[in-house]
Amino acid sequence: MEFLRPATWREALAVKAAHPEAVPLAGGTDLMVEINFDRRRPEILLDLTRVPELRAWRAEPGAVRIGACVPYRTVIDRMAAELPALAQAARTVGSPQIRNRGTVAGNLGSASPAGDAHPALLAAGARVEVASARGTRTVPVEEFYLGPKRNALAPDELIHSVVVQRATGPQQFAKVGSRNAMVIAVCAVALALHPDTRTVRTAVGSAAPTPLRATGAEEFLTGVLAEGDHWATGRPPPPAAAARFAELVAAACSPIDDVRGSADYRRHAVRVLARRTLDRAWRARPRPTPEGAPA
Amino acid sequence: MTVEPTAAPAAEPVIERPAARTATAPGVVPPPSGLTQRGDTAPDTSGGVGESTQRPDGVLKVTGEFAYASDLWHRDMLWGHTLRSPHAHAEIRSLDVAEALAVPGVYAVLTHEDLPAATHYGLEFADQPVLAVDRVRYQGEAVALVAADHPETARRAAERVRVEYAPLPVVHDEASATAPDAPVLHPERDDHHAPFVPHPNVVHRQPVTSGDPEGAEALAEVVVRGEYTVGMQDQAFLGPESGLAVPAEDGGIDLYVATQWLHVDQRQLAPVLGLPPERVRLTLGGVGGAFGAREDLSMQAHACLLALRTGRPVKMVYNRQESFVGHVHRHPATLAYEHGATRDGQLVYVKGRIVLDGGAYASSSPAVVGNAASLGVGPYRVPHVAMEALALYTNNPPCGAMRGFGAVQACFAYETQMDRLAAALGMDPVELRQRNALAQGDLMPTGQPVDSPAPVAELLRRVRARPLPPEHPWEAVGAGGEPGVDPRELPGGLANSSQGEGIVRGVGYGVGIKNVGFSEGFDDYSTARVRLAAVAGEPVVTVHTAMAEVGQGGVTVHAQIARTELGVSQVSILPADTSVGSAGSTSASRQTYMTGGAVRNTCLAVRAELLRRGRERLGAAQPGWHEPGLRLRDGAVVTAGGARLASLVEVLGEDAIDLELEFRHRPTQPFDRETGQGFGHVQYSFCAHRAVVDVDVELGLVRVVELAAAQDVGRAINPRAVRGQIHGGSTQGLGLAVLEEILVGPDGTIRNPSFTDYLIPTILDVPPMPVDILELADEHAPYGLRGVGEAPTLSATPAIVAAIRQATGRALARVPVRPEHLTTGP
Amino acid sequence: MRLTLTVNGRPTSADHVWEGESLLYVLRERLGLPGSKNACEQGECGSCTVRLDGELVCACLVAAGQAEGAEVRTVEGMAGPDGELSPLQAAFVETGAVQCGFCTPGLLLAAEELLARAPHPGDADIREALAGNLCRCTGYENILDAVRLAASRAAQAPTDPNGGPDHDR
Repeated sequence: MEFLRPATWREALAVKAAHPEAVPLAGGTDLMVEINFDRRRPEILLDLTRVPELRAWRAEPGAVRIGACVPYRTVIDRMAAELPALAQAARTVGSPQIRNRGTVAGNLGSASPAGDAHPALLAAGARVEVASARGTRTVPVEEFYLGPKRNALAPDELIHSVVVQRATGPQQFAKVGSRNAMVIAVCAVALALHPDTRTVRTAVGSAAPTPLRATGAEEFLTGVLAEGDHWATGRPPPPAAAARFAELVAAACSPIDDVRGSADYRRHAVRVLARRTLDRAWRARPRPTPEGAPA
Repeated sequence: MTVEPTAAPAAEPVIERPAARTATAPGVVPPPSGLTQRGDTAPDTSGGVGESTQRPDGVLKVTGEFAYASDLWHRDMLWGHTLRSPHAHAEIRSLDVAEALAVPGVYAVLTHEDLPAATHYGLEFADQPVLAVDRVRYQGEAVALVAADHPETARRAAERVRVEYAPLPVVHDEASATAPDAPVLHPERDDHHAPFVPHPNVVHRQPVTSGDPEGAEALAEVVVRGEYTVGMQDQAFLGPESGLAVPAEDGGIDLYVATQWLHVDQRQLAPVLGLPPERVRLTLGGVGGAFGAREDLSMQAHACLLALRTGRPVKMVYNRQESFVGHVHRHPATLAYEHGATRDGQLVYVKGRIVLDGGAYASSSPAVVGNAASLGVGPYRVPHVAMEALALYTNNPPCGAMRGFGAVQACFAYETQMDRLAAALGMDPVELRQRNALAQGDLMPTGQPVDSPAPVAELLRRVRARPLPPEHPWEAVGAGGEPGVDPRELPGGLANSSQGEGIVRGVGYGVGIKNVGFSEGFDDYSTARVRLAAVAGEPVVTVHTAMAEVGQGGVTVHAQIARTELGVSQVSILPADTSVGSAGSTSASRQTYMTGGAVRNTCLAVRAELLRRGRERLGAAQPGWHEPGLRLRDGAVVTAGGARLASLVEVLGEDAIDLELEFRHRPTQPFDRETGQGFGHVQYSFCAHRAVVDVDVELGLVRVVELAAAQDVGRAINPRAVRGQIHGGSTQGLGLAVLEEILVGPDGTIRNPSFTDYLIPTILDVPPMPVDILELADEHAPYGLRGVGEAPTLSATPAIVAAIRQATGRALARVPVRPEHLTTGP
Repeated sequence: MRLTLTVNGRPTSADHVWEGESLLYVLRERLGLPGSKNACEQGECGSCTVRLDGELVCACLVAAGQAEGAEVRTVEGMAGPDGELSPLQAAFVETGAVQCGFCTPGLLLAAEELLARAPHPGDADIREALAGNLCRCTGYENILDAVRLAASRAAQAPTDPNGGPDHDR
């Protein structure tokens, strides 16, 4: 095994180009478990934590760029206003120790369907900036997940950063775990109201082979809100419509039975969480101005 | 098979000598030694019985200096590794270790062919192979051993042991185990239960019958029946199985190990190693929790075999995944009950059948059966009883000792029955329990009289009398004074699953009965050596026992007892080892009673000898020496009237008093094989709980809001340690209620062998736990004390589940309760 | 590989470190500092908790090479030079927060980090901060007592400049 610590992004990409089998390492919260338990023996460990730009985050127009080595702790402490769903999700990750090390990019690199960040990224809207010695490309987060623990990275590519759209309305993240702390999601739901576009986005984790957006449910609810003029009046969607929305979110899932929960339970819990996140987000919506536009 | 220790050193990785440790001659980082503690100087010898003194090992434990078994290190040591079976049941067709032996850095690879002497071991009977011979009976069974110079080298080499398995049909429950054509797991068994079992795959069966249970059916006006299931719980101690075996110059072995019972390890190891017991010397390494899981051997024989073969010290440490297959678990159980009562709530009869899954090897299954059968109706007066308990051999993971064994499983079922009966009668569930509560003078279903206090009704009264915690604890006030929500006070916690939606409160009660000490005629004893000497002009007591300190605080209690009995402030506790007689197991809530009793017993003999010497040397000059009621206090002999006769140092002079004595509790009897009658238990222990829960009834998530306990401890030798035991036991009961289960697939494999998926309670899962301690003396026990550790584990589980039932209206006949049990299905 | 780092204020190094080793293994097996405990090696118990450049981390999940040049604080560094226990260590002993003690080093580091940023934590704050540290013996009651006791003593200590602002979550 080799341990490489590039000091610059260029150097990191050069190593990855020369050694596509090199495994990137940041917080180590997934990879080190695999090494400790002898499930994985990478020939090369590529430690990215020395690359300064990966440790940085910054506001961009309408978005926040989060470097690949920025830990969840920073998301919780510094980004709660701009990225409320992601910050809520980050607070449910593992333990304080894990939140100090684990990263959003690590969640994407592992691409576990149970990763807590995924539904928040999908609901908020995000793109993943990936790079190789060949160049840089941007992948919409929806297109990043290919299957359980499979993502859209080419062998010579590394995640540089995640660019998450700044919230334009209330967001909610909620997860179900069978313990009250330090638990992997049985399922999770994130929901974002986008008053600027008068749309709703919602996403589900741990209830299908990949994290996914429930686009059918989004379209249904967006339609209901438009037809009933809810954005302008601020009236909540009718209970029957909210229930239908929750049903559609659950219907978008294709969960499995595993040691953490049954498929039936996951569908049920996703329905409950979809309803709750919608109700909470709508309640938190700023009072509409006379013109109906959000304050 | 072995390669010479001169084999080429490994290319990589290379062990580097830890600098901080090489300084420690002769190379062994020793286990905790000489815990010396001085009581505060106060009017009477302080730091004695009844005070909440501090642990003598506390400072070592908060500074990181306390040496746990996994911290031991020796300058020449090798690392041992175990190759385990991936199959739950298979024939071994062939075994080839040549490739593994060829790995650089490997010093030995052992299989059953390399065993020098006995090939099997076991706690109650020797049915478990040291290394699998021609058949494996559970997933994780040890097949081969490797010793190498780095753990990674040992792992790589173990991968290269070629084992050809031919899978066999798996026996996994009562139906498959006792079918006429079931594969017999131990066809050659010759243990003392074998002639009496209904099927060779039944380890042991114990009926208990009293009164006329068939005739009594006509007397019952209300009958409730239920079937219950208890999942497989794991002890989940934090300190992994570990030890260091060092070959000795006399051809013997010195083993430093985390265990619960040094002498039972020695008894099993000597035949396996082909050594006389006196050359198998064990010293207790620091123990990171036990809870029953260290009563059986794990790595002990393996490390010793590798050390003897290589001539090098060998360390073995299990990782968490290996730990889950490396020790026994709590028996999962199915329990069928029928309770008959009069309309005014008097129990008429109880019938019950308890089937315990013992897994592949016997371990302590027979004792678990005895407890389940004899304690199966709970702490109630029942005139007519027909109980039956049995344990199976299956290809599931072996099960054995865990805190409260046998009684925990039964308590969940009988307490649920009591709630159902109360509902059927329209009675308050606490009142029903109190109306039938066992009391001193009553007979157990075994015919054994309850001959010491049994304040069952009072314990229930006390937990119920507490004020209830406030509702809606999550309602907080935000920074601007607006109403807010604190998710940490809600089911789901930080996961934000509820902000108050769907929450229903429930309250439930439970009470249980556990035996203390080893039962059924076992010759249960402990040994203590106590030395009283003058050191630098001060009296010093040295206490030496083989008691395994696993965290419970036995070392604290021994020092307190020595201070009280000998009036000496300074007490040293020597490391536990086999150079002193057996202390018995740190289990069955027995050590304060038994080894505490042994320390007291020896101290009394030392005191008698001291007084004899004093009379002999000084009695002629001081008539006070011949008064009755002399006491030892503050390092001196004083008369009953308080007059000081002489200091202990004056009496002792240069001559120490040094005695080693055994201590026994009163004898018990085996249960009759047909009727279960007999004076089977030493002592009973009782605890009651009230649980208050908030349940998110839409998501099936539970937060226990408060878990109040009341327990009679006879005498609290160290009140703070007693409370700590009740807190810890209650928390493990909470875990069984809502979180903890080893999930075993139909193929007999464990599906969740990790702390990611075997979930024990975090600090956000455990509520405030007020404790009410009663001290009603048991005149048969030292100081009147009653064993504490296990009883709180029993009743916490049914109390919590009863509270969840009240909140959800669901029947809940299985623990642990999972979210889907509260939301989907009937 | 060779690893150079500062542990409890003392520069130190280890040779022949295998690249796959964790910081926990290096501390325990190469530097003779076994106070950080090896209970799960997957970040699910907190027994190996140390401070890495001030941050609370599970040493089992830090690759040895990632600690190159870092400052590490372990339980062995908590007591004073003359062996005087830190206020938290003393409180743990006094309140009975220690039984088997295997979780204790990790809990001490986590509690120390909490009190450094929130000198007067509420119970829920303590619980949130310690939720990554499993204890199997105590049921946590006396651990809460220990943290409360250490916090209250710090508040009373004359050297304390009015404490700090309350934990704001």
